[in-house]
Amino acid sequence: MPKVSVDGQELEVPDGATVLQACELAGKEIPRFCYHERLSIAGNCRMCLVEVKPGPPKPQASCALPATDGQEIRTDSEMVKTAREGVMEFLLINHPLDCPICDQGGECDLQDQAMAYGRGGSRYDLNKRAVTDKYMGPLIKTQMTRCIHCTRCVRFSEEVAGVDEIGALYRGENMQITTYLEQAASHELSANVIDLCPVGALTSRPYAYEARPWELKKTLSIDVSDAVGANIRLDSRGREILRALPRVNDEVNEEWLSDKGRYQVDGLVRRRLDKVWIRRDGKLQAADWNTAFQAIADANPQGSIAAIAGDLVDCETMFAAKTLLAGLGSDLLEGRQTGMDYDVSNLAAVNFNSGFSGIENADAILIIGSHVRSEAALVHVRLRKAVKRGARVFVVGPEWDTTFPTTFLGPDAGVLHDLPAEVGEVFSKAERPAIILGAAGLASGALDRSLRLAQDWKLVRDGWNGFNVLHLAASRMGGLMLGYGRKGGIRDLAAAAPNVLLSLGADEVDYSAFPNSLKVYIGHHGDRGAHAADIILPAASYAEKDGTYVNTEGRVQYAEKAVYAPGDAREDWTILRAMADVLGVSVGFDSLAELQASMVAAVPALGVEGLADLGDLPASSGGGRASGVMKYPVEDFYLTNPIARASVVMQRCSAELLHGEGLAEAAE
Amino acid sequence: MAERNIAPDTPELRARWGEFAWTQENAALAKNIVARYPEGRQKSAVMPFLDLAQRQVGAETQTQGWLPLPVIEFVARELDLPIIRVLEVATFYTMYNLVPVGRFHVQVCGTTPCMLRGSDAILEGCYERGMRKGHTTDDGMWTLTEVECMGNCATAPMAQINDGNYEDLTPERLDAVLDALARGEHPKEGTQLPGRHTSEPADGPTTLVAMKTENHDYRGEWA
Repeated sequence: MPKVSVDGQELEVPDGATVLQACELAGKEIPRFCYHERLSIAGNCRMCLVEVKPGPPKPQASCALPATDGQEIRTDSEMVKTAREGVMEFLLINHPLDCPICDQGGECDLQDQAMAYGRGGSRYDLNKRAVTDKYMGPLIKTQMTRCIHCTRCVRFSEEVAGVDEIGALYRGENMQITTYLEQAASHELSANVIDLCPVGALTSRPYAYEARPWELKKTLSIDVSDAVGANIRLDSRGREILRALPRVNDEVNEEWLSDKGRYQVDGLVRRRLDKVWIRRDGKLQAADWNTAFQAIADANPQGSIAAIAGDLVDCETMFAAKTLLAGLGSDLLEGRQTGMDYDVSNLAAVNFNSGFSGIENADAILIIGSHVRSEAALVHVRLRKAVKRGARVFVVGPEWDTTFPTTFLGPDAGVLHDLPAEVGEVFSKAERPAIILGAAGLASGALDRSLRLAQDWKLVRDGWNGFNVLHLAASRMGGLMLGYGRKGGIRDLAAAAPNVLLSLGADEVDYSAFPNSLKVYIGHHGDRGAHAADIILPAASYAEKDGTYVNTEGRVQYAEKAVYAPGDAREDWTILRAMADVLGVSVGFDSLAELQASMVAAVPALGVEGLADLGDLPASSGGGRASGVMKYPVEDFYLTNPIARASVVMQRCSAELLHGEGLAEAAE
Repeated sequence: MAERNIAPDTPELRARWGEFAWTQENAALAKNIVARYPEGRQKSAVMPFLDLAQRQVGAETQTQGWLPLPVIEFVARELDLPIIRVLEVATFYTMYNLVPVGRFHVQVCGTTPCMLRGSDAILEGCYERGMRKGHTTDDGMWTLTEVECMGNCATAPMAQINDGNYEDLTPERLDAVLDALARGEHPKEGTQLPGRHTSEPADGPTTLVAMKTENHDYRGEWA
């Protein structure tokens, strides 16, 4: 623990800390461009200069200088002030003065730091450098003349994303940041470089010239595009969500966000269901709420009603539907739309027990049937960290580009019963072994075998639980906690042939299994579910209602309402509440607060933000054999949910990045 | 510094260089180069590999050689490196040519010592022979580049032509060198000043004079 003094203030800093970190611990603000907590140290912007004694009598880059015992650091001396002014003046030599037309304006590090640390004018009167703009794909808009060569984007794609595609070509004044041959940046986290860019060189293409940061209303929300539950901030103006940005949460998403979570928001204003529709003679016709509710009542739902929860719904919606069904004497609830029927009697067996920050510390990882990159891009970032720390990774399932050294054991789940000796050896020696069971693994019946392996390898030990299930749907863990999981899965529902089928935004269900049911779709997008529905009740998306979500770790998180739903659309729970009146059921709540109170009374874990305690990992029942060649469920990363499918940006990403279609740029 | 650009990625370029692979001799050399670095650090060989590739391209095209994109991709494949990392190296160092050059790449130093000693006249001499900075002459013989200091300030002005340095140039001496090269001869490298050996003072040594002709032990004379 070295002792240093910062501006005369004595403090102890952790071993390995840099001078910059020491200054921050002392509460001093150090301006910086290239330094970023989650990236390696580059030390090339020189903005963080401080005066350090003992040492050469000149300012030193604090980000790259280790703090050592007895250092006297000054951040307030004349030398430091002059040095910062000098660096800033040099940075601004080639930076265009186009802030009024720059999308970064108002949230630009260079703008802010020029105000705070610059000298207020330039002595440079020659021509500025100009750099041709580079194409970086449908999400990243470039304006490379603004680039100050901090190389954060280069380091991000190499270190965090694991896809080396951005680089700095040429040298000195001619240095240019580009992707190889200006190919589109094509990985699931590419748009994070927009947040990382301290200037307006890399900005958001879909959000270009849409708004200034100070006109936006910021709402704290939770991403529903996958089961990670990334913490996001929805920026809205009027009734429209203009963008989604990640919030910092070290336990969940660090400060990254997948491209889908970030850019599906334009889908929130497209293909929306904004009025009530009833199918008459095979055609959907606009109707009003009362007619629709009456039609449901006429279908005689008493004791014969089922509910399927979609992937994006919040716990409140599911609880309201559950209460309504209970009032009608039914418990036909299911959330696993694709027909999976794994055992959910113990939720610890279907939970990501290590936690996302925990899996970083695993030293042996067996991934069973999960294409982690497309199913949970932010978990893949954690896996990369684990591999960097020396973890061995084995994958059962079809091969995919993991970006780190991986041993593939074959696509057939049967190999789990006959693992190569090497795997057993690695896992029996590992201190923190982990299994990640994905959707394809669950579908091939590998849950029981995985529990068996967990027992054999002692995955649960002191302070460590290495048994993980990686879900795909934001609603899955919440749904399972609320009882949306039956023994027979969705087949069980179909066998019951209910008079009324409530579809809570369920778009992946095969509705042909319910030929005689009145299919009531309560959702927000005119997608697959709406196509099959007999009655459509327009509801709110995740951005338009307060809601509780539980991510695949069993982490309970709350999202807030950012905007109002369009047209006649209402928050889901109010629809179910109104329907209860027409059906003559008393559900016992008249407000969201009352709903939440009774939900928490039923499932106390939902009332506490943070990891839910799901109990101990159960023992393997000994039955069930995993078999069959696995198939990963995510065929198109950009189009996995109705919001993303409605999003023009996501469609373009899918066409261009996954299917290689060159879309012509609009003539300018 | 001269503006550098990567040669555009065209179907013709792919057709010409897409099949690039080491010749037998170069494959052996490449193996030697990689063996210089510890296991797992093969990517350190990127610079000698690029140089070797450029020389092979040079041998194939009867020029100094350059690095077409497919060749850069070949080097990346050989070393299991992302292509962008190899391209970064190739674009950073000016010794790697990013566009085709002529049979002889004339790099005239224009930094202060050479400039004071008359590099302008050297460049003028090159212009008179039809060379233009950053261009190759129509006969494919000469490519002219003005470069920064080559470290021959004591024998300024100088020009580096392919692998040889030609120092103490005057326009006439440059002409003689270039004429000899054009005839396919190998003019003497180093200083072109008659009577000068290497970079010793032009009018004879001023120190260690006793060592001029034979070895001399100065140790006894130390005060």
